[in-house]
Amino acid sequence: MMVDFDQVALVDVTRHFGRRRAVSHVSFSACRGEIVGLLGPNGAGKSTLIGIAATLVSPSAGEVRFGGRGARSHGPALRGRIGLLAHELHLYPELSARQNLSFFARLYDLDVGEHVDAALRSADLIDRADDDVSGYSRGMRQRLALERTLLHGPRLVLLDEPFTGLDDRAVGIVTERLKRIASDGAIVLLATHDLDLADGLVTRVLLLRAGRLIADETAGAGLRGRYRALIGGG
Amino acid sequence: MFLKVALLILRKDVAIEAKSREILYTTLFFAVSCILVFSFAFVKEGRAVEDAAAGILWIAIAFAGTLALGRTFERERFGETLKALLLAPAARPAIYLGKLLGVVLLLCLAELLLVPLVALLFSAALFVRPALLAGLLLAGTVGFCAVGTLFAAMLVRARTRDVLLPILLYPITVPVMIAGVRGTAALLASPPDEQVATMWLGLLVSFDVVFVTLALWTFEPLMTE
Repeated sequence: MMVDFDQVALVDVTRHFGRRRAVSHVSFSACRGEIVGLLGPNGAGKSTLIGIAATLVSPSAGEVRFGGRGARSHGPALRGRIGLLAHELHLYPELSARQNLSFFARLYDLDVGEHVDAALRSADLIDRADDDVSGYSRGMRQRLALERTLLHGPRLVLLDEPFTGLDDRAVGIVTERLKRIASDGAIVLLATHDLDLADGLVTRVLLLRAGRLIADETAGAGLRGRYRALIGGG
Repeated sequence: MFLKVALLILRKDVAIEAKSREILYTTLFFAVSCILVFSFAFVKEGRAVEDAAAGILWIAIAFAGTLALGRTFERERFGETLKALLLAPAARPAIYLGKLLGVVLLLCLAELLLVPLVALLFSAALFVRPALLAGLLLAGTVGFCAVGTLFAAMLVRARTRDVLLPILLYPITVPVMIAGVRGTAALLASPPDEQVATMWLGLLVSFDVVFVTLALWTFEPLMTE
Protein backbone atom coordinates (compact mmCIF):
# COMPACT_ATOMS: atom_id res chain seq x y z
CA MET A 1 0.00 0.00 0.00
CA MET A 2 1.35 3.42 -1.01
CA VAL A 3 1.54 5.92 1.86
CA ASP A 4 2.09 9.61 1.23
CA PHE A 5 2.01 12.73 3.33
CA ASP A 6 2.39 16.50 2.89
CA GLN A 7 3.75 17.30 6.30
CA VAL A 8 5.84 15.78 9.06
CA ALA A 9 5.27 17.03 12.59
CA LEU A 10 7.15 16.35 15.80
CA VAL A 11 4.81 16.96 18.72
CA ASP A 12 6.38 17.64 22.13
CA VAL A 13 9.09 15.04 21.52
CA THR A 14 11.44 14.10 24.36
CA ARG A 15 14.11 11.43 24.30
CA HIS A 16 16.23 10.18 27.19
CA PHE A 17 19.23 7.87 26.92
CA GLY A 18 19.48 6.57 30.47
CA ARG A 19 19.64 9.65 32.66
CA ARG A 20 20.82 11.88 29.84
CA ARG A 21 18.13 13.93 28.11
CA ALA A 22 19.11 14.17 24.43
CA VAL A 23 15.96 15.96 23.24
CA SER A 24 13.53 17.85 25.42
CA HIS A 25 9.96 18.87 24.47
CA VAL A 26 10.71 19.67 20.83
CA SER A 27 7.78 20.52 18.54
CA PHE A 28 7.91 21.62 14.92
CA SER A 29 6.49 20.69 11.56
CA ALA A 30 7.83 20.76 8.01
CA CYS A 31 5.89 20.79 4.75
CA ARG A 32 6.55 19.70 1.16
CA GLY A 33 9.05 21.92 -0.61
CA GLU A 34 10.75 23.07 2.59
CA ILE A 35 14.44 22.57 3.35
CA VAL A 36 14.59 22.82 7.11
CA GLY A 37 18.01 23.26 8.70
CA LEU A 38 18.58 21.76 12.15
CA LEU A 39 21.43 23.84 13.47
CA GLY A 40 23.26 23.67 16.73
CA PRO A 41 26.55 22.78 18.36
CA ASN A 42 27.72 19.20 19.00
CA GLY A 43 25.42 17.41 21.44
CA ALA A 44 22.48 19.71 20.71
CA GLY A 45 20.25 16.74 19.77
CA LYS A 46 20.29 17.11 15.97
CA SER A 47 21.15 13.47 15.19
CA THR A 48 18.67 12.18 17.77
CA LEU A 49 15.90 14.23 16.15
CA ILE A 50 16.89 12.87 12.73
CA GLY A 51 16.76 9.31 14.16
CA ILE A 52 13.33 9.97 15.68
CA ALA A 53 11.99 11.42 12.41
CA ALA A 54 13.38 8.34 10.61
CA THR A 55 11.40 6.06 12.99
CA LEU A 56 14.65 4.39 14.06
CA VAL A 57 14.59 5.94 17.53
CA SER A 58 11.41 5.91 19.62
CA PRO A 59 10.67 9.11 21.52
CA SER A 60 10.44 8.71 25.31
CA ALA A 61 7.48 11.10 25.18
CA GLY A 62 5.60 12.88 22.40
CA GLU A 63 5.09 11.59 18.89
CA VAL A 64 5.97 12.03 15.23
CA ARG A 65 3.08 12.43 12.82
CA PHE A 66 3.39 11.91 9.09
CA GLY A 67 0.50 13.85 7.56
CA GLY A 68 -1.77 12.99 10.48
CA ARG A 69 -0.64 9.38 10.83
CA GLY A 70 1.42 7.96 13.65
CA ALA A 71 4.68 6.23 12.77
CA ARG A 72 3.41 2.81 13.85
CA SER A 73 0.19 2.83 11.81
CA HIS A 74 1.85 2.16 8.43
CA GLY A 75 5.28 0.74 9.44
CA PRO A 76 6.95 -0.62 6.28
CA ALA A 77 4.90 1.46 3.80
CA LEU A 78 5.75 4.65 5.70
CA ARG A 79 9.45 3.76 5.91
CA GLY A 80 9.40 3.40 2.12
CA ARG A 81 8.75 7.17 1.88
CA ILE A 82 11.71 8.13 4.09
CA GLY A 83 15.33 8.52 2.95
CA LEU A 84 18.14 8.84 5.49
CA LEU A 85 21.77 9.82 5.08
CA ALA A 86 23.43 9.73 8.49
CA HIS A 87 27.01 10.19 9.76
CA GLU A 88 27.90 6.71 8.53
CA LEU A 89 27.12 6.19 4.87
CA HIS A 90 25.02 2.99 4.91
CA LEU A 91 27.13 1.41 2.15
CA TYR A 92 28.86 -1.97 1.95
CA PRO A 93 32.54 -1.22 1.22
CA GLU A 94 33.17 -4.77 -0.08
CA LEU A 95 30.61 -4.27 -2.86
CA SER A 96 30.79 -2.02 -5.91
CA ALA A 97 28.66 1.11 -6.31
CA ARG A 98 26.44 -0.76 -8.77
CA GLN A 99 26.04 -3.73 -6.41
CA ASN A 100 25.22 -1.42 -3.49
CA LEU A 101 22.61 0.51 -5.46
CA SER A 102 21.16 -2.67 -7.01
CA PHE A 103 20.77 -4.23 -3.56
CA PHE A 104 18.92 -1.21 -2.18
CA ALA A 105 16.83 -0.85 -5.37
CA ARG A 106 15.64 -4.44 -4.98
CA LEU A 107 15.01 -3.87 -1.27
CA TYR A 108 12.69 -1.01 -2.26
CA ASP A 109 11.16 -3.10 -5.06
CA LEU A 110 12.36 -0.70 -7.78
CA ASP A 111 13.31 -1.32 -11.39
CA VAL A 112 17.04 -1.93 -11.01
CA GLY A 113 18.23 -1.04 -14.52
CA GLU A 114 16.42 2.27 -14.68
CA HIS A 115 17.09 3.56 -11.15
CA VAL A 116 20.65 2.35 -10.67
CA ASP A 117 22.04 3.82 -13.89
CA ALA A 118 20.30 7.14 -13.22
CA ALA A 119 21.73 7.23 -9.68
CA LEU A 120 25.24 6.39 -10.91
CA ARG A 121 25.05 9.20 -13.48
CA SER A 122 23.77 11.61 -10.87
CA ALA A 123 26.63 10.67 -8.52
CA ASP A 124 29.08 11.10 -11.43
CA LEU A 125 30.34 7.56 -10.78
CA ILE A 126 29.36 5.80 -13.99
CA ASP A 127 33.04 5.18 -14.88
CA ARG A 128 33.82 3.68 -11.46
CA ALA A 129 30.48 1.88 -11.05
CA ASP A 130 32.02 -1.59 -10.85
CA ASP A 131 34.86 -0.69 -8.48
CA ASP A 132 34.56 -1.68 -4.82
CA VAL A 133 33.37 1.18 -2.64
CA SER A 134 36.33 0.55 -0.28
CA GLY A 135 38.56 2.08 -2.98
CA TYR A 136 36.55 5.31 -3.24
CA SER A 137 37.52 8.66 -1.76
CA ARG A 138 35.33 10.07 1.04
CA GLY A 139 33.71 12.49 -1.40
CA MET A 140 32.84 9.72 -3.88
CA ARG A 141 31.32 7.64 -1.09
CA GLN A 142 29.34 10.62 0.11
CA ARG A 143 27.92 11.25 -3.38
CA LEU A 144 27.04 7.58 -3.74
CA ALA A 145 25.44 7.54 -0.28
CA LEU A 146 23.30 10.55 -1.20
CA GLU A 147 22.09 8.81 -4.36
CA ARG A 148 21.35 5.66 -2.32
CA THR A 149 19.27 7.83 0.01
CA LEU A 150 17.31 9.36 -2.88
CA LEU A 151 17.06 6.17 -4.96
CA HIS A 152 13.41 5.46 -4.11
CA GLY A 153 12.22 9.09 -4.38
CA PRO A 154 11.47 9.60 -0.68
CA ARG A 155 8.93 12.18 0.46
CA LEU A 156 10.91 12.88 3.65
CA VAL A 157 14.67 13.27 3.16
CA LEU A 158 16.73 13.26 6.36
CA LEU A 159 20.34 14.33 6.06
CA ASP A 160 22.87 14.42 8.88
CA GLU A 161 25.95 16.43 7.86
CA PRO A 162 25.60 15.61 4.13
CA PHE A 163 28.51 17.79 3.05
CA THR A 164 31.21 15.94 4.98
CA GLY A 165 34.21 15.21 2.74
CA LEU A 166 32.86 17.01 -0.34
CA ASP A 167 34.94 19.48 -2.34
CA ASP A 168 33.49 22.82 -3.47
CA ARG A 169 32.27 21.47 -6.82
CA ALA A 170 30.57 18.49 -5.19
CA VAL A 171 29.00 20.76 -2.55
CA GLY A 172 27.53 22.85 -5.37
CA ILE A 173 26.15 19.75 -7.11
CA VAL A 174 24.62 18.37 -3.88
CA THR A 175 23.14 21.78 -3.00
CA GLU A 176 21.45 22.02 -6.40
CA ARG A 177 20.26 18.41 -6.09
CA LEU A 178 18.65 19.13 -2.71
CA LYS A 179 16.98 22.28 -3.99
CA ARG A 180 15.63 20.31 -6.95
CA ILE A 181 14.15 17.47 -4.87
CA ALA A 182 12.57 20.04 -2.52
CA SER A 183 11.02 21.88 -5.45
CA ASP A 184 9.73 18.50 -6.68
CA GLY A 185 7.83 18.15 -3.41
CA ALA A 186 10.15 16.49 -0.92
CA ILE A 187 10.42 17.57 2.71
CA VAL A 188 14.12 17.98 3.48
CA LEU A 189 15.40 17.99 7.06
CA LEU A 190 19.09 18.82 7.19
CA ALA A 191 21.22 18.63 10.35
CA THR A 192 24.48 20.51 10.12
CA HIS A 193 26.78 22.76 12.05
CA ASP A 194 28.21 24.30 8.85
CA LEU A 195 26.47 27.67 8.81
CA ASP A 196 28.02 28.82 5.53
CA LEU A 197 26.61 25.84 3.63
CA ALA A 198 23.24 26.05 5.35
CA ASP A 199 22.92 29.78 4.67
CA GLY A 200 22.09 29.65 0.97
CA LEU A 201 20.28 26.33 1.06
CA VAL A 202 17.74 26.08 3.85
CA THR A 203 14.36 27.78 3.73
CA ARG A 204 13.79 27.54 7.47
CA VAL A 205 16.09 27.31 10.46
CA LEU A 206 15.59 25.44 13.72
CA LEU A 207 18.21 26.28 16.32
CA LEU A 208 18.86 23.67 18.97
CA ARG A 209 20.83 23.90 22.19
CA ALA A 210 21.18 21.15 24.82
CA GLY A 211 18.24 19.23 23.36
CA ARG A 212 15.87 22.20 23.35
CA LEU A 213 14.48 24.08 20.37
CA ILE A 214 15.35 27.72 21.00
CA ALA A 215 14.39 29.28 17.66
CA ASP A 216 12.24 28.40 14.65
CA GLU A 217 12.46 31.05 11.96
CA THR A 218 12.52 31.63 8.22
CA ALA A 219 16.01 31.57 6.74
CA GLY A 220 17.52 34.80 5.55
CA ALA A 221 20.73 36.71 5.42
CA GLY A 222 22.79 36.97 8.58
CA LEU A 223 22.32 33.40 9.77
CA ARG A 224 25.73 33.39 11.43
CA GLY A 225 24.87 36.52 13.45
CA ARG A 226 21.60 35.07 14.69
CA TYR A 227 23.29 31.79 15.51
CA ARG A 228 25.99 33.59 17.50
CA ALA A 229 23.40 35.61 19.38
CA LEU A 230 21.27 32.60 20.31
CA ILE A 231 23.81 29.80 20.68
CA GLY A 232 27.13 31.57 21.11
CA GLY A 233 30.32 30.85 19.11
CA GLY A 234 29.74 29.79 15.49
CA MET B 1 7.77 -9.89 -0.12
CA PHE B 2 8.89 -11.25 3.28
CA LEU B 3 10.79 -14.19 1.80
CA LYS B 4 12.05 -12.05 -1.11
CA VAL B 5 13.68 -9.59 1.30
CA ALA B 6 15.17 -12.42 3.40
CA LEU B 7 16.67 -14.03 0.27
CA LEU B 8 17.91 -10.63 -0.95
CA ILE B 9 19.81 -10.12 2.30
CA LEU B 10 21.15 -13.68 2.11
CA ARG B 11 22.33 -13.07 -1.46
CA LYS B 12 24.02 -9.83 -0.45
CA ASP B 13 25.82 -11.55 2.46
CA VAL B 14 26.94 -14.38 0.16
CA ALA B 15 28.23 -11.84 -2.41
CA ILE B 16 30.26 -10.02 0.28
CA GLU B 17 31.63 -13.27 1.70
CA ALA B 18 32.48 -14.58 -1.77
CA LYS B 19 34.62 -11.48 -2.28
CA SER B 20 36.31 -11.30 1.10
CA ARG B 21 36.11 -14.93 2.37
CA GLU B 22 37.03 -13.39 5.68
CA ILE B 23 34.43 -15.05 7.91
CA LEU B 24 34.68 -18.50 6.29
CA TYR B 25 38.47 -18.62 6.60
CA THR B 26 38.60 -17.30 10.19
CA THR B 27 35.85 -19.61 11.46
CA LEU B 28 37.40 -22.61 9.70
CA PHE B 29 40.86 -21.82 11.03
CA PHE B 30 39.51 -21.44 14.56
CA ALA B 31 37.36 -24.59 14.45
CA VAL B 32 40.09 -26.75 12.89
CA SER B 33 42.60 -25.53 15.50
CA CYS B 34 40.11 -26.37 18.22
CA ILE B 35 39.59 -29.92 16.90
CA LEU B 36 43.34 -30.48 16.52
CA VAL B 37 44.06 -29.41 20.11
CA PHE B 38 41.30 -31.67 21.45
CA SER B 39 42.56 -34.57 19.34
CA PHE B 40 45.96 -34.33 21.06
CA ALA B 41 44.24 -34.46 24.46
CA PHE B 42 41.58 -37.12 23.88
CA VAL B 43 43.15 -39.56 21.42
CA LYS B 44 45.71 -41.96 22.94
CA GLU B 45 47.34 -44.67 20.80
CA GLY B 46 44.73 -44.21 18.10
CA ARG B 47 41.77 -44.66 20.49
CA ALA B 48 39.57 -41.72 21.42
CA VAL B 49 37.78 -41.27 24.73
CA GLU B 50 34.18 -42.54 24.45
CA ASP B 51 31.75 -39.93 23.05
CA ALA B 52 34.57 -37.34 22.81
CA ALA B 53 34.11 -37.00 19.04
CA ALA B 54 30.45 -35.95 19.41
CA GLY B 55 31.26 -33.39 22.10
CA ILE B 56 34.22 -31.91 20.27
CA LEU B 57 32.34 -31.64 16.97
CA TRP B 58 29.61 -29.59 18.67
CA ILE B 59 32.09 -27.47 20.65
CA ALA B 60 33.87 -26.60 17.40
CA ILE B 61 30.53 -25.72 15.78
CA ALA B 62 29.53 -23.53 18.75
CA PHE B 63 32.86 -21.67 18.84
CA ALA B 64 32.94 -21.21 15.07
CA GLY B 65 29.32 -20.09 15.14
CA THR B 66 29.99 -17.47 17.82
CA LEU B 67 32.84 -16.07 15.76
CA ALA B 68 30.76 -16.03 12.57
CA LEU B 69 27.80 -14.33 14.28
CA GLY B 70 30.00 -11.57 15.67
CA ARG B 71 31.75 -10.92 12.37
CA THR B 72 28.54 -10.98 10.32
CA PHE B 73 27.03 -8.18 12.38
CA GLU B 74 30.32 -6.30 12.60
CA ARG B 75 29.92 -5.78 8.84
CA GLU B 76 26.45 -4.28 9.33
CA ARG B 77 27.81 -2.08 12.13
CA PHE B 78 30.80 -0.75 10.16
CA GLY B 79 28.82 1.46 7.78
CA GLU B 80 25.69 1.43 9.97
CA THR B 81 24.06 -0.53 7.17
CA LEU B 82 21.81 -2.23 9.70
CA LYS B 83 20.01 1.13 10.04
CA ALA B 84 19.52 1.24 6.27
CA LEU B 85 18.05 -2.27 6.39
CA LEU B 86 15.75 -1.34 9.28
CA LEU B 87 14.54 1.68 7.31
CA ALA B 88 13.62 -0.39 4.26
CA PRO B 89 9.91 -0.86 3.50
CA ALA B 90 10.00 -4.50 4.50
CA ALA B 91 8.84 -6.42 7.54
CA ARG B 92 11.81 -6.19 9.93
CA PRO B 93 11.72 -9.89 10.87
CA ALA B 94 12.64 -10.57 7.21
CA ILE B 95 16.00 -8.93 7.94
CA TYR B 96 16.46 -11.33 10.85
CA LEU B 97 15.57 -14.32 8.65
CA GLY B 98 18.01 -13.22 5.92
CA LYS B 99 20.87 -12.82 8.39
CA LEU B 100 19.98 -16.17 10.02
CA LEU B 101 20.06 -17.97 6.67
CA GLY B 102 23.45 -16.45 5.90
CA VAL B 103 25.03 -17.62 9.17
CA VAL B 104 23.45 -21.09 8.88
CA LEU B 105 24.79 -21.43 5.33
CA LEU B 106 28.26 -20.39 6.45
CA LEU B 107 28.30 -22.85 9.35
CA CYS B 108 26.99 -25.66 7.13
CA LEU B 109 29.93 -25.02 4.79
CA ALA B 110 32.30 -25.16 7.77
CA GLU B 111 30.70 -28.42 8.92
CA LEU B 112 31.48 -29.98 5.51
CA LEU B 113 35.14 -29.81 6.56
CA LEU B 114 34.76 -30.30 10.32
CA VAL B 115 32.78 -33.57 10.20
CA PRO B 116 35.31 -35.53 8.07
CA LEU B 117 38.14 -34.05 10.16
CA VAL B 118 36.57 -35.26 13.42
CA ALA B 119 35.80 -38.64 11.84
CA LEU B 120 39.44 -38.95 10.78
CA LEU B 121 41.18 -37.72 13.93
CA PHE B 122 38.88 -39.51 16.40
CA SER B 123 38.29 -42.65 14.28
CA ALA B 124 34.58 -41.90 14.61
CA ALA B 125 32.03 -43.67 12.41
CA LEU B 126 30.18 -40.45 11.63
CA PHE B 127 29.08 -41.51 8.16
CA VAL B 128 27.22 -44.71 9.09
CA ARG B 129 23.86 -42.90 9.15
CA PRO B 130 24.62 -39.81 6.99
CA ALA B 131 21.01 -38.59 6.67
CA LEU B 132 20.41 -38.67 10.42
CA LEU B 133 23.74 -36.95 11.09
CA ALA B 134 22.94 -34.26 8.50
CA GLY B 135 19.54 -33.77 10.14
CA LEU B 136 21.08 -33.41 13.60
CA LEU B 137 23.74 -30.97 12.35
CA LEU B 138 21.25 -28.84 10.41
CA ALA B 139 18.68 -28.72 13.20
CA GLY B 140 21.34 -27.98 15.82
CA THR B 141 22.95 -25.28 13.67
CA VAL B 142 19.59 -23.59 13.06
CA GLY B 143 18.77 -23.64 16.78
CA PHE B 144 22.15 -22.21 17.78
CA CYS B 145 22.08 -19.54 15.08
CA ALA B 146 18.43 -18.60 15.71
CA VAL B 147 19.31 -17.39 19.21
CA GLY B 148 22.74 -16.12 18.19
CA THR B 149 21.47 -13.99 15.30
CA LEU B 150 18.95 -12.27 17.56
CA PHE B 151 21.53 -11.54 20.27
CA ALA B 152 24.22 -10.46 17.79
CA ALA B 153 21.75 -7.99 16.21
CA MET B 154 20.70 -6.70 19.63
CA LEU B 155 24.30 -6.22 20.74
CA VAL B 156 25.50 -4.56 17.55
CA ARG B 157 25.54 -1.12 19.23
CA ALA B 158 27.03 -2.35 22.53
CA ARG B 159 30.72 -1.66 23.10
CA THR B 160 31.15 -4.96 25.00
CA ARG B 161 29.35 -7.03 22.34
CA ASP B 162 32.25 -9.49 21.90
CA VAL B 163 32.11 -10.39 25.59
CA LEU B 164 28.35 -10.26 25.98
CA LEU B 165 27.46 -12.45 22.99
CA PRO B 166 28.86 -15.75 24.37
CA ILE B 167 27.68 -14.88 27.91
CA LEU B 168 24.10 -14.53 26.67
CA LEU B 169 24.22 -17.16 23.95
CA TYR B 170 25.75 -20.23 25.60
CA PRO B 171 23.38 -20.61 28.58
CA ILE B 172 20.31 -20.37 26.35
CA THR B 173 21.64 -22.77 23.72
CA VAL B 174 22.67 -25.44 26.26
CA PRO B 175 19.58 -27.57 25.37
CA VAL B 176 20.58 -27.43 21.68
CA MET B 177 24.15 -28.46 22.49
CA ILE B 178 23.01 -31.33 24.74
CA ALA B 179 20.57 -32.60 22.11
CA GLY B 180 23.21 -32.32 19.38
CA VAL B 181 25.90 -34.11 21.40
CA ARG B 182 23.63 -36.91 22.67
CA GLY B 183 22.08 -37.42 19.23
CA THR B 184 25.50 -37.61 17.56
CA ALA B 185 26.83 -39.90 20.34
CA ALA B 186 23.87 -42.23 19.74
CA LEU B 187 24.91 -42.45 16.07
CA LEU B 188 28.49 -43.26 17.08
CA ALA B 189 27.42 -46.16 19.32
CA SER B 190 28.05 -49.66 18.07
CA PRO B 191 25.57 -50.48 16.64
CA PRO B 192 24.17 -46.96 15.99
CA ASP B 193 21.10 -46.23 18.10
CA GLU B 194 18.80 -44.73 15.48
CA GLN B 195 15.82 -44.53 17.80
CA VAL B 196 17.64 -42.36 20.36
CA ALA B 197 19.19 -40.19 17.63
CA THR B 198 15.75 -39.64 16.07
CA MET B 199 14.35 -38.69 19.49
CA TRP B 200 17.07 -36.04 19.93
CA LEU B 201 16.50 -34.83 16.36
CA GLY B 202 12.81 -34.34 17.15
CA LEU B 203 13.75 -32.37 20.23
CA LEU B 204 16.13 -30.19 18.21
CA VAL B 205 13.41 -29.44 15.66
CA SER B 206 11.11 -28.43 18.54
CA PHE B 207 13.80 -26.09 19.89
CA ASP B 208 14.20 -24.62 16.40
CA VAL B 209 10.49 -23.90 16.08
CA VAL B 210 10.39 -22.22 19.52
CA PHE B 211 13.61 -20.20 19.06
CA VAL B 212 12.86 -19.02 15.50
CA THR B 213 9.27 -18.08 16.38
CA LEU B 214 10.35 -16.12 19.46
CA ALA B 215 13.14 -14.38 17.56
CA LEU B 216 10.85 -13.37 14.66
CA TRP B 217 8.33 -12.06 17.19
CA THR B 218 10.80 -10.03 19.24
CA PHE B 219 13.19 -8.77 16.54
CA GLU B 220 11.34 -5.55 15.64
CA PRO B 221 10.80 -4.20 19.20
CA LEU B 222 14.34 -5.18 20.19
CA MET B 223 15.88 -3.36 17.24
CA THR B 224 14.09 -0.04 17.81
CA GLU B 225 16.23 2.24 19.98
